[in-house]
Amino acid sequence: MAEMKNPEETTKTLSRRDLIKGVIAAGAVSSAGYLFRASGVRAQQPSAAGSVERLVTITVNGQQRRVDVMKQETLATTLRYKLGLTGTKLGCDRAECGACTVLIDDVPHYSCSVLTQSVRARKVVSIEGLASADGKLHPMQQGVVEEQGFQCAFCMSGFIMSAVGFLKVNPKPTRTELAHGISGNLCRCQDYDKILTALLKGAENMRRA
Amino acid sequence: MPTNKVNVPNYRFIGKNYTTPDMVAKVTGKSKYAEDFRAEGMLFCKLLLSPMPHARVKRIDASKALALPGVKGILTADELPPPAAFITDDGVMIPPDPRAERGLTNEPLYQGEPILAVAAVDEETAAAAIELIEIDFERLPFAVDPLVTLSPGGPNTRNEGNVWVVPPPAPPKPGERPAGPLLPDVKEFKWTDAEYAEYKQGKLPVSKPSMEWSYGDIDAGFKKADLVMDETFVTPNTSDQTLETRTAMAYWQNGKLFVHCSTQSTAQTVPAIARWMSMDTTNVVVISEYTGGGFGSKVTSGIILTVPALLSKKVNAPVMLRISREEEHFLGRARPGLHGRMKAGFTKDGRIVALDMFVVCDGGPYGPQGDANASGRIVSLCYTPENMRWRGINVITNTPPRGPQSQPGGAQGVMIMEPLLSNAARKLGLDQVAIRRINAPSGKAGIGPAIKGKRDHVTSAFVPEALDKGAELFRWNERKNQTKKSGTKARGIGVAVSAYSAGSIGFDGLFVIKPDGKIYVQTGIGNLGTEAMIDCQRVVAEVLGVPWERLEITWGSTAKHLPWSCPSGGSQTIHAMTRAAHAVSMDAKLKLQEIAAMDLGGKPEDYEVGGERVYRKGGGAGMSLAQAAQRAIKLGGKYDGHELPPEIAKMTKASATALAGQGLLAVAKDKYKRDGISNSYVAGFAEVEVDLETGTYRITDYVGVADVGTVIHPRAFGGQMFGRTSLGWGHALAQKWVYDQHYGAPLAKRFYQNRPPTILDVPVSNFKWAAVDIPDPETPVGARGIGEPPVGAGASAVLNALADALGEQIYRRAPVTADIILMALETGKPGDEPLTAHI
Ligand code: FES
Ligand code: FES
Repeated sequence: MAEMKNPEETTKTLSRRDLIKGVIAAGAVSSAGYLFRASGVRAQQPSAAGSVERLVTITVNGQQRRVDVMKQETLATTLRYKLGLTGTKLGCDRAECGACTVLIDDVPHYSCSVLTQSVRARKVVSIEGLASADGKLHPMQQGVVEEQGFQCAFCMSGFIMSAVGFLKVNPKPTRTELAHGISGNLCRCQDYDKILTALLKGAENMRRA
Repeated sequence: MPTNKVNVPNYRFIGKNYTTPDMVAKVTGKSKYAEDFRAEGMLFCKLLLSPMPHARVKRIDASKALALPGVKGILTADELPPPAAFITDDGVMIPPDPRAERGLTNEPLYQGEPILAVAAVDEETAAAAIELIEIDFERLPFAVDPLVTLSPGGPNTRNEGNVWVVPPPAPPKPGERPAGPLLPDVKEFKWTDAEYAEYKQGKLPVSKPSMEWSYGDIDAGFKKADLVMDETFVTPNTSDQTLETRTAMAYWQNGKLFVHCSTQSTAQTVPAIARWMSMDTTNVVVISEYTGGGFGSKVTSGIILTVPALLSKKVNAPVMLRISREEEHFLGRARPGLHGRMKAGFTKDGRIVALDMFVVCDGGPYGPQGDANASGRIVSLCYTPENMRWRGINVITNTPPRGPQSQPGGAQGVMIMEPLLSNAARKLGLDQVAIRRINAPSGKAGIGPAIKGKRDHVTSAFVPEALDKGAELFRWNERKNQTKKSGTKARGIGVAVSAYSAGSIGFDGLFVIKPDGKIYVQTGIGNLGTEAMIDCQRVVAEVLGVPWERLEITWGSTAKHLPWSCPSGGSQTIHAMTRAAHAVSMDAKLKLQEIAAMDLGGKPEDYEVGGERVYRKGGGAGMSLAQAAQRAIKLGGKYDGHELPPEIAKMTKASATALAGQGLLAVAKDKYKRDGISNSYVAGFAEVEVDLETGTYRITDYVGVADVGTVIHPRAFGGQMFGRTSLGWGHALAQKWVYDQHYGAPLAKRFYQNRPPTILDVPVSNFKWAAVDIPDPETPVGARGIGEPPVGAGASAVLNALADALGEQIYRRAPVTADIILMALETGKPGDEPLTAHI
C-alpha cells in the first residue's frame, strides 16, 4: 500500500491501475482479474514475445472447454462469465471467504485467486459438476438438502466443494475435524451448527454410496 | 447434537421439519442471485468513490474517459432525479428530503461515497475510464468520531451542524388523517467546557440531548434505591457484511424499469425504487429470486441500484454494477455504535426502581438512525425499570451510512445494560439469573415512554419461563459454583436477557386453486435465507388440510403477480405473513364452502374442507378442490378473482386482476385484531474459557431459550438462533471499525481486517437452543419472529461470562480482544481506551 498522503494531495493520487500493476509485478494474483472483460476493446495489443496463448483448453466438470482467456483472468471469472457456470460465487475476490471454492485435481482452491492460464490440462470441478447428468444429486448435496443446511446459500457451493475435497483425504471425519477442514470458508449467515450437521450427513451419504 | 426440539401439539405441518422447495436449486448452483443474470448487450459500470471524508466537487473533466474506446457513458449526481415527494400506497405523503442519501453526490460526506459512474463494454474499460477522470475537490471539515464533533470547537460533520433533530409531528386536525413524517433538521450541538473535562476523564458527559422520553418518576425511584450504579459502555460499529454484495443489473423495456437486485423484500422494493427514481410504481419490476444475506442492510435493497438503472436509460443498454467487497464496506450499511451512560437504582433484592439512560449514536452522514431510540425502548422492556428516563443524541459523522442490522438499537441497549446489571448483582450478592428474573417482563409488559400517562404494551412475554428453562438446560445452579481458575486457564459463566420487535400486521395473501387441484401461492416476501418466505405458506396447507406437495409457490419477480407483502426486516415476516396466509386460507375455505353449498345443497357452514376436498360434515356429498376450481371459473365474480375486496393493497389488486379467471382465487388482507406490540425474547447462557497467558478466550458452551410463540419450522428456527447469536458473538469477540482519525480514512474494510466469526470461533458442537413454546395470544397461529433478540443475548452473555471469569475491571466497551484482557490482567484496570471511536 502506498503511503497515505496529506489530505490536500489525496485526490486520486494513488491510481488503482498503478496499484494493480504493482501487485502483478509482485507476482500475486491481480485484482484486475476481478475486472471482467467481455470484449476485445482493450485487448488489441499485439502479443509480446514470450506472452501466453489466449486460447486455452481446460477440463471443467468432465468436459473439455476451449476458451479465450486473458493472461490475468481468474478461474472464477472464466467459470462465471465465459462458461456460464454461475454456481461458483464471488464473496470477496481476494481469498478471504471461500465462496468461490472449486476442486482442481480434487483439491479445493479459491477460484478467485487462481489464474485460468494455470489450470490448463488440469481437472476443474465446480458445484455444477457434482450431480450426475440425469440430475441425481451428489450424496453431499443430498445431505445438505436432507438437513436443510445453510440459510441464504451464497456460501453454500464453496462449502460443499471444500467438504467434498476434504473428504477425499479424510472420508470419516469427526465433527471437529470437518469443522477444521472447512474453516477456510466463511458463512456470513453464520448458521455453522446446521451447516456442519448437513455436511456430516453428506459425508455419511458418501460413505454409503 | 443438542436435543433441539419444539413442542407444538395438534398441527400437521406447523412445528414440523420439512425440506423447502428452493433447496435443490441452491445445492446445484442453479439458484440465481443478482450477479448471475445476463442480458443481451449488457454493459458494466464502475464507480468513482470519494477519496475524502467530506468535500465538495468543484469540477469534473471526463473528456479523456469518454474518448476511451469502449466507454458508453458517464453518470454524475447532476443527472439524478431531484428529491421528490412520494405518496405511499396507503396515502401517506413522504416529503422530499434534500439531505437524504442519493446514488451519487457532489458533496461526499464520507470517504468512499460514490461521485460518478462510467458504463463501458467491460469492467476493465470502465475502470480505466475512471482513472482518466479529473476532479477538483474542495476539502470540508469532518469528524469520524461522534465525540470529536461534540467537543467544544470541534468540526461540524455537515455544513449546517452535527446532530439530527426531529421535530415532533404536528397533531392531526380533527377529522383529518395524521400527517406524514416531518423532515429531520440538522443543528449544531457542542459540549460545555465542564462536559469536555468529564470526557477527558474517561466518562461520557450527559450533555444536552436531541431526543428524550420518560415514564414514572425517576427522582422518586432513585430515592427508594438501596444501590445506585453509574457506568459508561461503548458498543462497536459493525458492518452488515452480507456475503453477497449489493450488485444490481438494470434495463428498460417499453418505459418499464427492470431491476435484478439483492433485496430482503421483493414487493416492498418496488415503491422504494419508484421513490428513488421519481417514477410510478407500476413501471418498476423487481427481480430477486435469491438474496445472499441481508441482516437488515437490504430491507428494500440499496439506493446504489439507481446508478445502473439511470445509466441504462442514458446509454440505452442493460447495465450491471458489480459491487466489490471493498465498495460493500462503504455502501453495505452498518450498525451504529452507541456510547451509553447508564445510572440505575436497585433495591436490595435487585429490583430496578430507577433507570436514567443516555446514549450518543454514531449515526454516519445520513439519518437519523432509529437505533438510539430503540436502545431505550428495548431496555425499558427487557429489564422493566419501575421509573425510567431515556435521552439521546443522534450525531452525524463522516463515516459510511448506517442502517439496520439484526436487532438494531436493541442489541446495543442490551450490551450497555447487561454489564451494569451483572456488576449490581455482584454488589448486592445476588445470583445473576435471579436479578434478571426479578426484572424480567411477563404478560402484557410495558414498553417505551408514557404518552399522556399511558405506556404501550407487548402482546405477551414469558421471559421468566425462558430464564428458568435456560438455567435448567445450562445447569446454571451447578455450574455457578465451579472453580474459576485452574492453571493458566480461567472459566466463567454469564447470562443475558434480550428482546426485540417481532411482527407487523395488515398485509395481503393471494393464491389460486387451479383445476389441476393444486394451490398456486403467490408471495412478495424476499428469499433472504431465513426460509420465512416459504415457512409462512405452511399455514395454507395447515388450514386447508392439503398435502404440502400440492402447493406451488411463486416468488422472486414482481412481474409474476405477487401480493403486497411485509418488509422482511425487524423479524416481521413470520408473524405478519402467517397472519396473511391464515386470512387468505380462510377466504378460500369460505369460498369452497359456498360453492359446495350452491351445488350440493345446504348451508356453507355444513361443509368441511380437508383432504383436498370440500365435503359435508360427518361424511357425505362433496367435491374435489379441482372440481371446485372449475366451478369457481364458471361462477366468476369473487370466486375467480373478477371481483376483489376493496381493502387489499394496490399491488395485490393488480396481481389478483392478472390472475383472475384461472381457478378459485383467494385473496385477503390480514385484519385480525392485535392487542399490543409483538416482541420476541431470548435468554442466553454462555461459558467462556480464557487463556491467562495469551488473553485469548473461547466460548465453550451456549444455551439460548427463546420466547417466540409458536415455532413454525424448527430447523429454520434453530438456524436463526445459531446464526443471529453468532452475529452477536462477533460484537463481543472481535468486530469493530478502525479509522485513521486524522485523515478520516477507514482501515478495516475487508473480511480479513474485520473478520466475522468463522466456524472455529463458535461452539459449533456445544450449542443448545429451545423455545418456551407458548403461542402468542394475539395472532392466529401464535408465531413471532426470531431474527433479532439472539444478537444482544449472544454478545452480552459472553461479556458477562468474561467478567465472571476475570472480574469486573476488564473492559468498558466491546469487542473485548486479547490485548485488552492482557492489559487488564497486568494493570488491574480495564485494558481498553474508554471513549474514542473506531480504535
Ligand atoms: S471470492 Fe474467492 S475467496 Fe472470497
Ligand atoms: S448461508 Fe448465507 S452466507 Fe452462508
